[in-house]
Amino acid sequence: MSSEWTNAELIQQYGIENPVMPYLRQDRLPHIWCPGCGIGTTVNCFTRALSESKLNLDEVVIVSGIGCTGRVAGYMNLDSFHTTHGRAIPFATGLKLANPKLKVVVYSGDGDLSAIGGNHLVHAARRNMDLMVVCVNNFTYGMTGGQVAPTTPLGPTQTTMPYGNFETPFNLPFLADACGAVYVARWTIYHVRQLAKAMKEGLEKKGFVFIEAMSPCPTLYSRRNRLGDGVDQVKYYKERSIIRNGADTKEVGLSFQGEIVVGKFVDRERPTWLESMNEHLGRVLGDKFTPYGV
Amino acid sequence: MSDQEGARKGKGGTVFVRVEVCKGCSFCIDFCPTHCLEFSHGYNKKGYHYPVLTRPEDCTGCDMCGQYCPDFAIFGVRLKDLEARQRAATPEPLIPSQP
Ligand code: SF4
Ligand code: SF4
Ligand code: SF4
Repeated sequence: MSSEWTNAELIQQYGIENPVMPYLRQDRLPHIWCPGCGIGTTVNCFTRALSESKLNLDEVVIVSGIGCTGRVAGYMNLDSFHTTHGRAIPFATGLKLANPKLKVVVYSGDGDLSAIGGNHLVHAARRNMDLMVVCVNNFTYGMTGGQVAPTTPLGPTQTTMPYGNFETPFNLPFLADACGAVYVARWTIYHVRQLAKAMKEGLEKKGFVFIEAMSPCPTLYSRRNRLGDGVDQVKYYKERSIIRNGADTKEVGLSFQGEIVVGKFVDRERPTWLESMNEHLGRVLGDKFTPYGV
Repeated sequence: MSDQEGARKGKGGTVFVRVEVCKGCSFCIDFCPTHCLEFSHGYNKKGYHYPVLTRPEDCTGCDMCGQYCPDFAIFGVRLKDLEARQRAATPEPLIPSQP
């Protein structure tokens, strides 16, 4: 075989293939992400979570917003939707409520989810909408050229903060926890096994799941701040992260190149929006009400 | 890729690299638990160095490289799984051919 083999040739000759391939739209590859960008690694973890969850893939839907991470939906071999900027969560909410047997995953970036779509994030968590949200956090707006994001830590420069950022960033796990998410975890792309496991747990959990996946953006964030390549950021994740499962989310805020607390912070039970509606209307209306989506 | 195919039998593992889709990020090389990959001297068509299994005896086939690769360009496999799959892909003929 030459060095330019395709997946099909590999299957034919060896009966094996890269285990991620069945989950990807291979006609769309290679993808557009930069060398050393971590988004592909999070996708890799997501495919492993899908394969271990044993879910019926015809009932799994992935919804993305806009941005570099927003491209994920287009590469997954699932029913997928690429929605308008920030509107992945409301779109996913509609999908879930129209067809409650679906497992709906929202996969987007920090800017899309916490800035443009911040309001939707807050309310979906408050309502405990049965969604899994994967938020790839690279501290910047990648696709639009490296503007300051609500997650950019204090200090680093961005195109719109040429003298360094002075805005206090969001602590996303704390935000999700405070709003009522039932599962909150943070991992980096150095922690591939743990990230895949968290995604698997998220797929199996009922209610609003929030997983923050820290990922390097070498092209904009790292280059502008002289942090080296993607791999140098992943080495920083390796050196400075501390696993603290069950940590108080108030204390897991991030600083520029500082310590990163990772782990599963929250795992609790709360009735989902649909469960609450059924319970409440069943009680108030009695026989006149037919429970929906059970 | 020919020099990286599973030439050894039984124990350990090997990797398959899709040289032309690699973007040379070095995640696989830096985070392989047994440090058995190195960058190639040559370039692929896009101008990146790609990983080469330079210490095949150390590869366990754990597929950590595959899990790190953001471009889905590499994956590891255990030799015993590879052999089993190959046997399944090319079943033994029921009636052995006469010598
Ligand atoms: S701009 Fe940044 S986030 Fe976007 S693909 Fe490139 S490295 Fe990744
Ligand atoms: S399969 Fe495991 S041991 Fe072999 S190269 Fe990949 S990471 Fe290293
Ligand atoms: S992780 Fe993938 S893209 Fe990066 S150097 Fe290894 S094979 Fe190439």
